[in-house]
Amino acid sequence: MNILIAHIAVPAITTLVMMFARTQKQVRAVAASGMTLQLLLSLILLYLFLQERAAGNEAVVLFTQSYFWYPSLGISFDIGVDGIAVAMILLTSIVIFTGIFASWEVEKLYKEFFISLIVLATGVYGFFVSLDLFVLFLFFELAVIPMYLLIGIWGSGPKEYAAMKLTLMLMGGSALLVVGILGVYFTADVEGLRTFNILALGQQHVPIEMQRIFFPMLFIGFGVIGALFPFHTWSPDGHSSAPTAVSMLHAGVLMKLGGYGCLKVAIFLLPEAANEMSWIFLILTSISVIYGALATVVQTDLKYINAYSSVSHCGLVLFAILMLNKTSSTGAVLQMISHGLMTALFFALIGMLYSRTKTRIITEMGGLMKVLPFLSVCYVIGGLASLGLPGLSGFVAEMTIFVGAFEHEDLFHRVATIIAVSSIVVTAVYILRVVGMLLMGPIKSEAYNNFPKAKWFEKIATISLITGILVIGLTPLWLSNMIRDSLGLIVDKLVLK
Amino acid sequence: MSLQELLLMRHEWTLIGSLLILLVLELNFTDEGKTKSIPSAAILFALVTLSGFLPSQSGTLFGGMYVTDPLRILMKNILNLGVLIVFLQSGSWLRAKNNYNRITEFYLLMLSSVIGVSFMISAGNFLMFYLGLELLTIPIAAAASYEQYKSKSAEAGIKLILSAAFASALLLFGLSMLYGATGSMYFSKMIVTADVLHVLGFVFFFSGLAFKISVVPFHLWTADVYEGSPTNVTSYLSVVSKGAAIFVFVLLSVTLFETIRQVWQPVIYGTAIFTMTIGNLFAIRQQNLKRFLAFSSIAQAGFILLGVIGGTALAMASVIYFVLVYVFSNLAAFGVVIAIEQYSGKININDYNGLYHTNPRLSLAMMLALFSLAGIPPLAGFFGKFFLFTAAAESGYYVLLFIAVANAVVSLYYYLLVVKAMFVNKNESPIKYFHSDYPTRIALSACVVGILVIGFYSPIFEFIKQLCLSSL
Repeated sequence: MNILIAHIAVPAITTLVMMFARTQKQVRAVAASGMTLQLLLSLILLYLFLQERAAGNEAVVLFTQSYFWYPSLGISFDIGVDGIAVAMILLTSIVIFTGIFASWEVEKLYKEFFISLIVLATGVYGFFVSLDLFVLFLFFELAVIPMYLLIGIWGSGPKEYAAMKLTLMLMGGSALLVVGILGVYFTADVEGLRTFNILALGQQHVPIEMQRIFFPMLFIGFGVIGALFPFHTWSPDGHSSAPTAVSMLHAGVLMKLGGYGCLKVAIFLLPEAANEMSWIFLILTSISVIYGALATVVQTDLKYINAYSSVSHCGLVLFAILMLNKTSSTGAVLQMISHGLMTALFFALIGMLYSRTKTRIITEMGGLMKVLPFLSVCYVIGGLASLGLPGLSGFVAEMTIFVGAFEHEDLFHRVATIIAVSSIVVTAVYILRVVGMLLMGPIKSEAYNNFPKAKWFEKIATISLITGILVIGLTPLWLSNMIRDSLGLIVDKLVLK
Repeated sequence: MSLQELLLMRHEWTLIGSLLILLVLELNFTDEGKTKSIPSAAILFALVTLSGFLPSQSGTLFGGMYVTDPLRILMKNILNLGVLIVFLQSGSWLRAKNNYNRITEFYLLMLSSVIGVSFMISAGNFLMFYLGLELLTIPIAAAASYEQYKSKSAEAGIKLILSAAFASALLLFGLSMLYGATGSMYFSKMIVTADVLHVLGFVFFFSGLAFKISVVPFHLWTADVYEGSPTNVTSYLSVVSKGAAIFVFVLLSVTLFETIRQVWQPVIYGTAIFTMTIGNLFAIRQQNLKRFLAFSSIAQAGFILLGVIGGTALAMASVIYFVLVYVFSNLAAFGVVIAIEQYSGKININDYNGLYHTNPRLSLAMMLALFSLAGIPPLAGFFGKFFLFTAAAESGYYVLLFIAVANAVVSLYYYLLVVKAMFVNKNESPIKYFHSDYPTRIALSACVVGILVIGFYSPIFEFIKQLCLSSL
């Protein structure tokens, strides 16, 4: 069987089996074994992919498979992966794997919880493997139902408001996508049967006046889920209300769908408009980067801190993509992966701390390093990765982005880059502030001494995420080469000015 | 008339036959055995539906009054499926004490109406079309006031018959103009041009039909009638009678009115925008689920117009496909509403609070139905809406498409309100767990299977598209 089909089949079968599980133990066992299998599959996929490339296979996408679906409309179930997709699939597998362990102790409607969570992940896998715009869009929207239920039922705080806001804003984004996708489909100059296949569409040409209409639609459509300013407002509310595993998956992976879509759909299919209009979105993303960072500084709720810093970091992804060159785009993908691991780690840790302290307000906590050394050290590692310490993944990603951004010599790009770079300083401010208030200082209350130590499932979750962060930080070359090789097709079509 | 020719009218014959059989059977039932007509009607109609799927031929009868071809047969089959589901869902309601003596009456009225639907779709002449339309409407007006002991039901009946009469008058006025201008009532012989009289005739004709589809501004009867009628009649009104009117308009728009495309396209353009937007805006504020579904069905009609406007094979196919999807989605939603109304008498969204904890299966069915109506993948509604959008984009109506997708987002909001009530909201005294009767469960399961499968099973759409291509 094609390994990519297995990537969709395994979560689907896991959910089916889970429907027959009865006790919480069974449900957890099924979920954990299914997602462990999925993680192994993704590692095998990575290995096979690197093998193929080492053997000199130069095809744009590998492991392709195609089934006709709606032939009269040119819709077929086309799958295949390039280096970027492989990296994103691996990220998804790690995050969902750790997400299962981070939500080990969900009590309320546990079966429904895990089913929704894995359906959500299925949508993500489908999105990354599909080469057909229709199928890609279908998987993109598949996330809506489980997302609403996950936040609405298992969330905390103003969860109903947050769930509704998040769902409607993301749907608004996909409404733009429908128009954009159909626009590209019908205006591409092609004789005979039209197609939704992305690679085939990439070879067709859309008239420039049409590109000017549809590029903003596609870019904003994907940008909404990538937290593009000013469409980012769903993110802080949504992430802070969502249960731990959903925040992890959403900030860690789903927000990356935005960057991935902008790069591989909007810019790839409409390159001329991307050249022409990138400055508009560059301004917006620069605002995202610096505004997200500054907004983080004044937050006191741990989840809000992480949500706003995600806006800043994901803004950096879109910023790098809009620099429209190979180096910065490589950095963008690296940043997606690095931020995915990092933010998943943060949300997992926040969930674990919350289960003990019953509060997420940092001013009400302190001295956790003394009572929870393991979790606190993990938090510090995540924080250091976030502020770009060499040796951890954040440094590799941000360095690549800014090197790429400085390739532009004109004033506009320089100013934008400098603004974005300055966010690193702000990041250091808020990370150190949180670490100082939360972990250092005297123990806030007597009750802290009774906190249970980190449990085995918590250790699995945190250690696997930190492993990812370290591996990328210490040996980034294989990953960045893998990504860089896949960018040729996209970047070569862009005419740099 | 040879047997061959008789078989061309198979749908109508089987319907008339089952109506007569039911009538005779009713005479033989004892007073205690009146409920036997519930299973008899369901079985008879299941046979009618099945026989509709047998292979058949195209042809005309009565000198061109009656036309049949595979596309029309498909349309009838789709609507027959809807009626079958309605029949399965109405058993428990008809068993209620107040309806006990008049069970067969309901089925006779419904069957007559379905005969009207068949004749209307197969009409090759405006007179035949008009007869079908009236036969469709009048029995339904009687069925709407079926629950005589409720004043709302009587009110619904009178509202329906009065507005239908007004619509018919408009329509006839339009027909008389068309007849005067073209000199014929046969679709095949009429040549419609952009002449003033022709256009006026078309506008009146469209207005009359728009009543049936409940297109804004002809939608005002919808909410009241839907609310007052027995819910089973409401579901029939919202799916079958609406679907039939849409089918006829689709057929006529690409044949008879093909020549005045530039006239009807702007008309559809405007009404589509208003229908979607107004339907959506009113649906947001509804508490009563029947009114809620009424406005949602108005909004859905607006989306359907998106497919009508293109006038290509893809557009036709997308409309027919969407109606098929809509039959399953809407009837699933109505099925849940009916089951709960039958058990508890509750009909407001607030009453559904916490339903998932007591009736998980019904809640899941309702959720799937609503998400399908909202057009969320992987449910059939997503495919239906996407193809409608594709049809609009094919003809270059990008602005209309943009308004439509914006409306789709708005519609998701109010569908989510119901989902929220069932899954998220807390309730001290939710509706208790109950078993609905087997036919209802079969109908609901069929709907859910339809919602889940139709989209993935692409040959259905390809088949419809092939039929549309060959009929153009």
